[in-house]
Amino acid sequence: MKTTPAMRKLSSVADSDEQRKGTMRMLIEPSKGWQILNIQELRRYKAVFYFLVLRDITVLYKQTVLGYAWAVLRPLLSMVIFSVIFGRLAKMPSDGIPYPVFSYVALLPWTYFSSALTAASTSLLSDTKLFTKVYFPRLIIPLTPVVAKLVDFGISFVILGGMMLWYHIAPTRNLIFLPFLIADMILIAAAAGLWMAASSIQYRDIKHASPFIIQLLMYAAPVVWPASLVPERFRLLYGLYPMAGIIEGFRSALIGTNPMPWDLILVGTISALALFFTGALYFHRKEDIFADVV
Amino acid sequence: MSNIAVQVENLSKRYRIGLKDKLPDSLSEAAFSWITSPISNFKNLRKLSSFYDSENDDDVIWALKGVSFEVKHGEVIGFIGRNGAGKSTLLKIISRITKPTSGRAILEGRVASLLEVGTGFHADLTGRENVYLNATMLGMSKREVDRKFDEIVHFSGVEKFIDTPFKRYSSGMKVRLGFSVAAHLEAEILLIDEVLSVGDLVFQQKCIGRMQEIASEGRTVLFVSHDLAAVERLCQRSVLLVNGKIEANDESRDVISKYIGMETLPNLEWLREDSIPDHAYLRRITMIDYAGNKTGNVTTASNVGMEIECVVPEHYPNMKIVVVVRDSNETPIFFSYPIDSDVSYPEKAGSYVYRIFFPEAFFMPKRYLVTVAVYVNRIWSDSVERALSFDVQAAASLATLEGKARKGIVQVRCRWDCLYSSNVE
Repeated sequence: MKTTPAMRKLSSVADSDEQRKGTMRMLIEPSKGWQILNIQELRRYKAVFYFLVLRDITVLYKQTVLGYAWAVLRPLLSMVIFSVIFGRLAKMPSDGIPYPVFSYVALLPWTYFSSALTAASTSLLSDTKLFTKVYFPRLIIPLTPVVAKLVDFGISFVILGGMMLWYHIAPTRNLIFLPFLIADMILIAAAAGLWMAASSIQYRDIKHASPFIIQLLMYAAPVVWPASLVPERFRLLYGLYPMAGIIEGFRSALIGTNPMPWDLILVGTISALALFFTGALYFHRKEDIFADVV
Repeated sequence: MSNIAVQVENLSKRYRIGLKDKLPDSLSEAAFSWITSPISNFKNLRKLSSFYDSENDDDVIWALKGVSFEVKHGEVIGFIGRNGAGKSTLLKIISRITKPTSGRAILEGRVASLLEVGTGFHADLTGRENVYLNATMLGMSKREVDRKFDEIVHFSGVEKFIDTPFKRYSSGMKVRLGFSVAAHLEAEILLIDEVLSVGDLVFQQKCIGRMQEIASEGRTVLFVSHDLAAVERLCQRSVLLVNGKIEANDESRDVISKYIGMETLPNLEWLREDSIPDHAYLRRITMIDYAGNKTGNVTTASNVGMEIECVVPEHYPNMKIVVVVRDSNETPIFFSYPIDSDVSYPEKAGSYVYRIFFPEAFFMPKRYLVTVAVYVNRIWSDSVERALSFDVQAAASLATLEGKARKGIVQVRCRWDCLYSSNVE
């Protein structure tokens, strides 16, 4: 029995049309290897990725009355609810900023993260034909919502601009770090998405558990409360939860409630990277059996 | 470059099928098993992906075992065999959808697999968007699709609707567009599974025509089908798979006749010698006439049925008996259950004889295969594949009335009316 890594290309596979038509040799074997990402193969199928993302974006608000207004409404409604419950009734501290802005800034990355994660964790189950009837790198399937949900994220940013004007709040100099924070946020969503998607195929429990997991993660994140409430000695430990650094980072960049929390971000990025690579590894291990167990 | 396009060496694939759980004997045991069920569920789910010490497990089946063959460049090769013989598994491995358990396959050239027409089509996208999505999934680059787009749309004949949401398409249009994309793939090796069985007759003929074109263009085609006529027409060579092993690999005509010969000989009675303890099982299946007497031959004019003797060890609240009649291509013609005519299932243990009567003068002059199965709680308890098989002789009947060779899989006497409508000017 052969135990070498599977699907090794014996000769290089180039991207251009002309070379694609040339000789291509493929070896199919049982896999026992620990290959994480096959970048070359992903590049070859980038068109599938592109069109799947396009599909998700086009289809999302089809046959709805409000259409893309939903992208705005969801974080906006959460913000109103949180402002009433946590701001007014529970008198949650908000680091000296009006509670609506305080929570909305956090809800931007959070809404993206939770919707991308929900979609990624159900992506394989809702599109089983994509891996039982054709072959392309399956990694593309859970990564599609991670990219597609960025559209909603972008739209809900516009509302934030309006709110900041209304409350006379100016962004801080830390705004220049925002692109990095967004990239980090995408990485975290991808990492968590890979884990959830890969396990959802074999254990359908994930489908039922994920709403609770996501709710739990939200209260664990500094969305409705500021991270300044976390005792100093637990701060780095808390940073291991990567969304903590991202959300506090957004606040620092946009409304300046706190200095840029580099400690949280550093710890969080390391744990996000670890989560991403182990997630990709786990996904790759499970990938072989997707078509068999579904 | 060698002359071989596909080389398959000793390929095997093992699957784990879900094993029936042991049923609890007492209430306390039932409660215990309910509490511990998450643990055993977890073990079962885990087992789906691991095969350690599984050599002797009885819930492991080999879908393919030690399959080796070669396909030359430009050759069109057919794969035939019964359901579950491993044909589709083989194609899934070669198209990389699932991994082999052992052995290997080497493919020289770009591969496109066509296990389904229109994979990835989405109801809310337009025809245009769906063509791009489907074509890139089948391995085309965006530029290739750009170049071939007009050709694809023209072949499908849905030009007018190409920017209409897909959900407004008729099912025929969907299939045509899907096949059109597939027909324009540029891969050197094409893997095709049973896709010709979709669509209407005209469309099927168009597909076969296109397949013949593809074959004559010197591309390599691996073609899985139950349609033996299509295989004989398209493929010079065929491989016959039986229980995951290659039984024959030769000229199509020889392989097909071997396959037909291997299929069960005409058989009008089936008997089980031993019993299956603690199971509802079938003991005897006999062809009978409408009077209930065992019958020796069936013609197109016969009124026949079957007697099914079933042993039931206890009362099952959720039991089912099903009769499936197929034609010789294994295409199911109909399914039938006792409840269809309000006949209920046994209330207490015992041996029961069920009788099913087929409609009067129902069959055409061809071979039919009958499968009978018993289900308890939606898990099969006993099933006899091809329990009966019979050749129907032509006799004076609808089948011979009005034209010598009436087509169809069964004969049905329909009610006709003719109403006077108006004067001709």
